[in-house]
Amino acid sequence: MTFCRNAIRSAFRFAFVACGLGIGGAVLAAGITVHDARNRDVTIENPARIVSIGGAITEILYALGFEDRLAGVDTTSVFPDAALRDKPNVGYMRQLSAEGVLGLNPSLIFAMQGSGPKETMDVLEAAKTPLVLVPETFSEDGLLEKIRLVGHAMGADRRAACLTSAVSNDLAQLRELRARVTKPVRVMFVMSLLSGRAMVAGHKTAADEIIALSGGINAVDGYDGYKMINDEAIVAAKPDVVLSIQRSKDSLEADTVYTHPAFAMTPVAANKTFISMEGLYLLGFGPRTAAAARDLSLKLYPALAPQAEAFAPAVLTANCRQ
Amino acid sequence: MTAQASADLKRPTHRARHFTRPPASLVLICLLGVLAGAAIIALTFGAAGIPLARLPAALGFWTEHPVNPLTSRDQLVLWSIRIPRIAAAAMVGSLLAVSGAIMQGLFRNPLADPALVGVSSGGAFAAAVAIVFTDSQLGESLRFMQNELLPLSAFVGSLATTVILYAIANRAGRTSIAIFLLAGLAIAAIANAGIGLLVFMADDRQLRDITFWMLGSLSGATWAKTAVIAPVLAAALIACLWITRGLDLLVLGEAEAFHSGVDVERLKRISIVLVSAMTGVAVSICGVVGFVGIVVPHLLRLVIGPAHRLLLPASALLGAILLVGADTLARTIVAPAEMPIGILTAAVGAPFFLAMLLRQRGLVSL
Repeated sequence: MTFCRNAIRSAFRFAFVACGLGIGGAVLAAGITVHDARNRDVTIENPARIVSIGGAITEILYALGFEDRLAGVDTTSVFPDAALRDKPNVGYMRQLSAEGVLGLNPSLIFAMQGSGPKETMDVLEAAKTPLVLVPETFSEDGLLEKIRLVGHAMGADRRAACLTSAVSNDLAQLRELRARVTKPVRVMFVMSLLSGRAMVAGHKTAADEIIALSGGINAVDGYDGYKMINDEAIVAAKPDVVLSIQRSKDSLEADTVYTHPAFAMTPVAANKTFISMEGLYLLGFGPRTAAAARDLSLKLYPALAPQAEAFAPAVLTANCRQ
Repeated sequence: MTAQASADLKRPTHRARHFTRPPASLVLICLLGVLAGAAIIALTFGAAGIPLARLPAALGFWTEHPVNPLTSRDQLVLWSIRIPRIAAAAMVGSLLAVSGAIMQGLFRNPLADPALVGVSSGGAFAAAVAIVFTDSQLGESLRFMQNELLPLSAFVGSLATTVILYAIANRAGRTSIAIFLLAGLAIAAIANAGIGLLVFMADDRQLRDITFWMLGSLSGATWAKTAVIAPVLAAALIACLWITRGLDLLVLGEAEAFHSGVDVERLKRISIVLVSAMTGVAVSICGVVGFVGIVVPHLLRLVIGPAHRLLLPASALLGAILLVGADTLARTIVAPAEMPIGILTAAVGAPFFLAMLLRQRGLVSL
């Protein structure tokens, strides 16, 4: 371990010295230094073979036109479809195997904050391959920062700027859309409803932020994270809408919600307002987040349809691949 | 120091000699009273916050003039959420405590508990399978019974575990209790390994579902679920009448019980069927809730003695009290979220049990 750490340290030192002396030359392009989520500087020499862990990162890399450099992705990389179809799969982002990742012989690993298990991340960190841990913050700024970081690490600041401008344009349009909301809808995000027990998103979750972005209010106030909620608290929270994610096959069904004894007492059952959207699109906090929030707004506020239709997310058409 | 310690050791033994047990009827009446009190207290607490003044009206005892618009909501909350849940908590508590008491009598082992011999683990494993595999093709074809799938598989898992255990322990018509216990430990280990594997395969949401399932909760209790528990509990309590004498005599040893006129094999069969049915239903309704099956019968033995005639009904009542109390805490202390009840039964039950054990050391020989 100590040996490895020393080796890395000296490698960094070498890179640093090399940069300082300006002997990087054209072939050995001077390493790019990025500051990642571990609050550490990572030097990237050659981003030619990338393993991307986290759906949002894969999405950004495709949007920036780096799909050819992708050597592997994780199972959460479900957009674009080509990612999991064409690239080797290193498994689920929280259950990575160090060998599976390093076996692809990457020269750069991007991992979303929260990837694991910890042991694997320690091994990946100790290996000589640079590991960039991308911070996961569920906010507009966090989203832009994610794109900037990935773009910078790839030495493609210009493409990243193109994508961030498209995304911030979308976010600005979304703000205008949100400003037109007069009576915010109370939304409850239900992660699962297992045998009558509802697991519901509190604050500090991706669901909470996407609800806010789309102009709704999280009906749950009182805890952070995803937790099992009390049935009576569901009634007391008076949600107008239940939001859930479609997953491969066992997505939550509208009827299960409407017939649940607690939801049956809320406006959700009376107005039949159950919404479900694709998981990565809704909660991934990738480039399409503003588009997802717009789609959600459209469902929450049918009256805003004219304005929402007029808002065509720039990110869906932007070409930031050169 | 040593003198003090030896004096401490002597004191309980000394007291034990003068310890008189309360009469059976008094014990049962007291427990019933406490259960009623616990249920009433439970009725007044909840995340929906129904003030005490509005409670009688919400229960439908009298109609208010003028009619409060909130009353109909309160009525709904009480009758379709809170009351079925209290009823389910009471009945599940009874099931767990009685099955623990029977198992300890059957195995003549104070540590025996449905969780220990793998019955709960089998149920939990089956539940985890149901959680993880509803994503697969197989799950797709079972979609029409999505809501029933989980409790059903938990129940089947518990029963299947018991059948396997029984088949292992049974040789030429005789059931070896020692083998039953040991095989139970092995099966629990296998089931836990299986759960570990499923946890490994699960994604985020399934992982949360499995974890919360393992910790147990009475959230999501409905009248439909209580309607499933009630007949099982009633049948089990009636069936208990047959086995009380047999379990009492079994304490002397299998041969001694046999010579006292007990059909030991029949006794074992009835007990095993009872325990597995009760545990299966409890696990399928609320997941794994530990410790009730051990703590309740032990506490009672310390107070009312080991005679099963009284121990079994008293366990049913005390189990109900414990779980109604724990569930009231579970649904209120972190409201609007929900605390898994398994944490509370262990956190409250275990220290209380330890205290009793230390205080009454020497009263029972464990």
